[in-house]
Amino acid sequence: MASLLALQEELRQNFRSGATRSVAWRKAQLRSLHRLLTEEEDQIFTVLHEDLGKHRVESFRDEIGVLLKSLKYSLTHVQKWMAPKKRQLPLAFFPATAEVMPEPLGLVLIFSAWNFPLALSLEPLIGAISAGCTTVIKPSEHAPATSSFLARAIPKYMDTKAIKVIEGGIPVAEQLLQEKWDKIFFTGSIQVGRIIMSAAAKHLTPVTLELGGTCPAVVDSRLSSSDREMAAKRISSAKWGCCNGQACLAVDYILVEEKLASNLIDLLKQSIKRNYGENLAESKGIARIVNKHHFMRLCSLLEDPRVSASVVHGGSVDEEKLFIEPTILLNPPLSSKLMTEEIFGPLLPIVTLKKIQESIEFINSRPKPLAIYVFTEDEKLKKRVLSETSSGSVTFNDVLLHYLADELPFGGVGESGIGSYHGKFSFDTFTHEKAVLRRHFFMEPQARYPPWNDFKLKFIRLMYRFDYLGVLLLFLGLKR
Amino acid sequence: MMRSVGVELVRDCSLGFAYTGGCARNRNRGEQKNTKKKWIQTQHSQKLPSFGRITTSSLSYSSGPQSQSLSVMADEIVFNKKERFDKDAAASIVKELRGTFCSGKTKSYEWRVAQIKGILRMLVDRERDIIEALYKDLSKPETEAFVAEISMATSSCSHALKDLKHWMKPEKAHTSFTTYPSSAEIVSEPFGVVLVVAPWNFPFLLAIDPVIGAIASGNSVVLKPSEIAPATSSFFRKYLEEYVDSSAIRVVEGAIDETTALLEQKWDKIFYTGNGKVGRIIMAAAAKHLTPVVLELGGKSPVVVDSNINLMVAARRIVSGKWGSNNGQTCVSPDYIITTKSFAPTLIDALKQALEEFFGKDLLQSKDISRIVNSKHYARLSNYLDEDKVSSKIIHGGQRDEKQLKIAPTFLLDVPEDSQIMNEEIFGPLLPIVTVDKVEDGFDIINSRSKPLAAYLFTNDKKLQEEFVRTISAGGMLINDTILHLTNPSLPFGGVGESGIGSYHGKFSFDAFSHKKAVLYRSFAGDSSARYPPYSPKKLRLLRALLQGNIIGIILTLIEFLRV
Repeated sequence: MASLLALQEELRQNFRSGATRSVAWRKAQLRSLHRLLTEEEDQIFTVLHEDLGKHRVESFRDEIGVLLKSLKYSLTHVQKWMAPKKRQLPLAFFPATAEVMPEPLGLVLIFSAWNFPLALSLEPLIGAISAGCTTVIKPSEHAPATSSFLARAIPKYMDTKAIKVIEGGIPVAEQLLQEKWDKIFFTGSIQVGRIIMSAAAKHLTPVTLELGGTCPAVVDSRLSSSDREMAAKRISSAKWGCCNGQACLAVDYILVEEKLASNLIDLLKQSIKRNYGENLAESKGIARIVNKHHFMRLCSLLEDPRVSASVVHGGSVDEEKLFIEPTILLNPPLSSKLMTEEIFGPLLPIVTLKKIQESIEFINSRPKPLAIYVFTEDEKLKKRVLSETSSGSVTFNDVLLHYLADELPFGGVGESGIGSYHGKFSFDTFTHEKAVLRRHFFMEPQARYPPWNDFKLKFIRLMYRFDYLGVLLLFLGLKR
Repeated sequence: MMRSVGVELVRDCSLGFAYTGGCARNRNRGEQKNTKKKWIQTQHSQKLPSFGRITTSSLSYSSGPQSQSLSVMADEIVFNKKERFDKDAAASIVKELRGTFCSGKTKSYEWRVAQIKGILRMLVDRERDIIEALYKDLSKPETEAFVAEISMATSSCSHALKDLKHWMKPEKAHTSFTTYPSSAEIVSEPFGVVLVVAPWNFPFLLAIDPVIGAIASGNSVVLKPSEIAPATSSFFRKYLEEYVDSSAIRVVEGAIDETTALLEQKWDKIFYTGNGKVGRIIMAAAAKHLTPVVLELGGKSPVVVDSNINLMVAARRIVSGKWGSNNGQTCVSPDYIITTKSFAPTLIDALKQALEEFFGKDLLQSKDISRIVNSKHYARLSNYLDEDKVSSKIIHGGQRDEKQLKIAPTFLLDVPEDSQIMNEEIFGPLLPIVTVDKVEDGFDIINSRSKPLAAYLFTNDKKLQEEFVRTISAGGMLINDTILHLTNPSLPFGGVGESGIGSYHGKFSFDAFSHKKAVLYRSFAGDSSARYPPYSPKKLRLLRALLQGNIIGIILTLIEFLRV
């Protein structure tokens, strides 16, 4: 414990010195991080393959590439974000100036997750650096190769007086949570999210919680056949192509009208075959299940006889390789664990409805998802989804892609999380917006002060209405 | 310790997995209409000498103003016996408000405007009642009640009415080449059913202001006014629901038990104004349901006074911010002054002079100054003064009148740092003055403490101003004045660190009660196969170019693609 306190003190002292506040420091760190990603690319491919069996292209697309994009965006904009923003003042305040000044929150703690162990550690770090904070990162112990890579590489490239990596499991996390931080940024499960927030409450630490998914995809049967094919392609590549369903943004289940179900299943099967070939177990293009624990969890979802009866494609498992085949299920019972918990794996249930409009009711009967995907050309349905459902985000006619848009906030609502990040929102997440009002000593209406009388009350009434003419008349004795 | 908290929470999660927050399960609106009732609470306040809060409270159930059918009258008879406001009562209110929210009516622009106009009407119609309630609770002078509470609420309403349409508009977001072709926007959507827990010091404004924000954003809202300001609390219970849609906006009166019952419910946002101790309880309770919180807390807001100033203007501004604003019982009230040793006597004289100008010679009897809220707080403040090492430091004031709950404006010079008064938020008419050799030394004192809600500096030295703004962290800061910054709706009002989480006022209130939903529109055209497996080195190259928005790179790689 003593060493953690000493480490915190070192970071706090460095923060107090103001070293991390200059734009030069922030940009230099962002550039170093860029260098880390490019120079250590091969290493990163290796560790991600070791932890999750991710293909190089997938690793680049979902982790390195995304980070390079964000770094470039932040480097371009950080100076503008840092600048105080002038605010309008009513004449009644004259003479005065007002501004909102972004100021770094201080020493922040980032807990990252194992499914995108690099991106989910470094994406928030980009925000913390841009904001001028000092940072401790606790990578997930369930992606040990990436965790130890970060512990090695970060000190090599980054300012060690401001950015530290602490590795470890639950005991380390518990120790970290005992101490006071100025912000805690957590990516992970709902259960742990609750623990983080109640620990943060002890020190009144603000939190950003990036939590669970349970993201539905709605496919409208009125789509043309080529659009349907495209929808299936996008769903399947986002489901099994991004860490094999182990992503908070993965499609958790599909809602579709009864009449389209069999067609959609065929399209999904075709797409799986095109993407991964006949022998899926041997495919290099698909990530494996992260560990035995999660493998067993997913298997237990399938073991429910009512669930296994609903499997229409796949379903084979290989415990030795921690591999579960992309699996499609049709109408598993809604009371099964598969349908009540976040799947976070390669199982994809399809739920059929009489009419596609019922999907709104269906989504609303469950916790608010991180994202809703709707494949439709029907503007009315789009509008209804937007105004009648609640979710972290909505993407029409695609899956996952909003994660790449720097100008959109990424984050959940309700059970899918608190707070958001990406682009400027990452900067804001680690920033306090300080209100600054500057006044002068001249212009001092005595009516502001006691002893109170009727004249003063009238004056104040008029000032609140910004009725300057009235004020003038009042002073001239022309107004009663 | 941590482990046990964790285990407990995990257990809670597994028990509580059945989800009750959604809309669809509460769709049975017909049933709700029939049972539309209103919790009306009757309170018997009884002040005990040591514990000045309401000790007994009970509830009666009666029908709402708009339901007049026979069946409802029958309900009234059944429910007229007094009941406690417990968990079940809280749950039934939340259920009803959720039903209203899910019906979608609170989301319309017209509904929001009608409610805010209702509040405006209440402010006009009931101005007298509000002023009287504030006088009962705090002996608040009429002008002060008008300036600090009614007018502020009025301008919040008018500001919201003026700009709401603009706030509600989805915000266009640019999309880059990476997601081309696409368009994007950020939609502000209401969180759902929110809880506002108000404090006693500005019992009207700090209750209604967040409610205005919650309504502007389209939420259903429960307001829990402070039991320590019982007259204002009962004003809200009596009148608020008369002026607004009571199927979506409710008042629940009560103290700790009622608040606890409310906190056990799942809310979509909790807005709390008060102290750090309760703030922690609120946040921990919110954590169970993953409810986001806004915590408007307090802290010791310092005033640094340099010597090169317009002395009398500064003195007036400090005195009016401290004693002219609820007698120091304000979260942004000047808590202590830091000035140089040499300047302190001059400043103290000027402060005394301003005090006399404003409140007369007999400070205990002034009609223009509020009293201490109750005997508990009176005792707390007295304890500060009675501490041995502190009482000898009083250089002005110090008179007390326990019966009237009055303590005269009091200056203390250089009290020891380890005294209670220098370590707790004072929240009353006492003002310690800390002297330093150089003004800049004051900055270190501020930085060695927890972050305050406000920090004030009086100086004409531009360089000193810049250093103050740069080096000191506080919720907000104001140069050459006090308190005034929170009357400006274009500035966010809120704390940082110990002084709070989140902010509000103006557009920031709207944002505090809105979820910013990211929306991306894509078409089926324009798909890069590089996104999809099977993967190849060429796809890697194309992705490199795509993700970096490198158009030339994209073209070059595409040419290569076509060649194959």
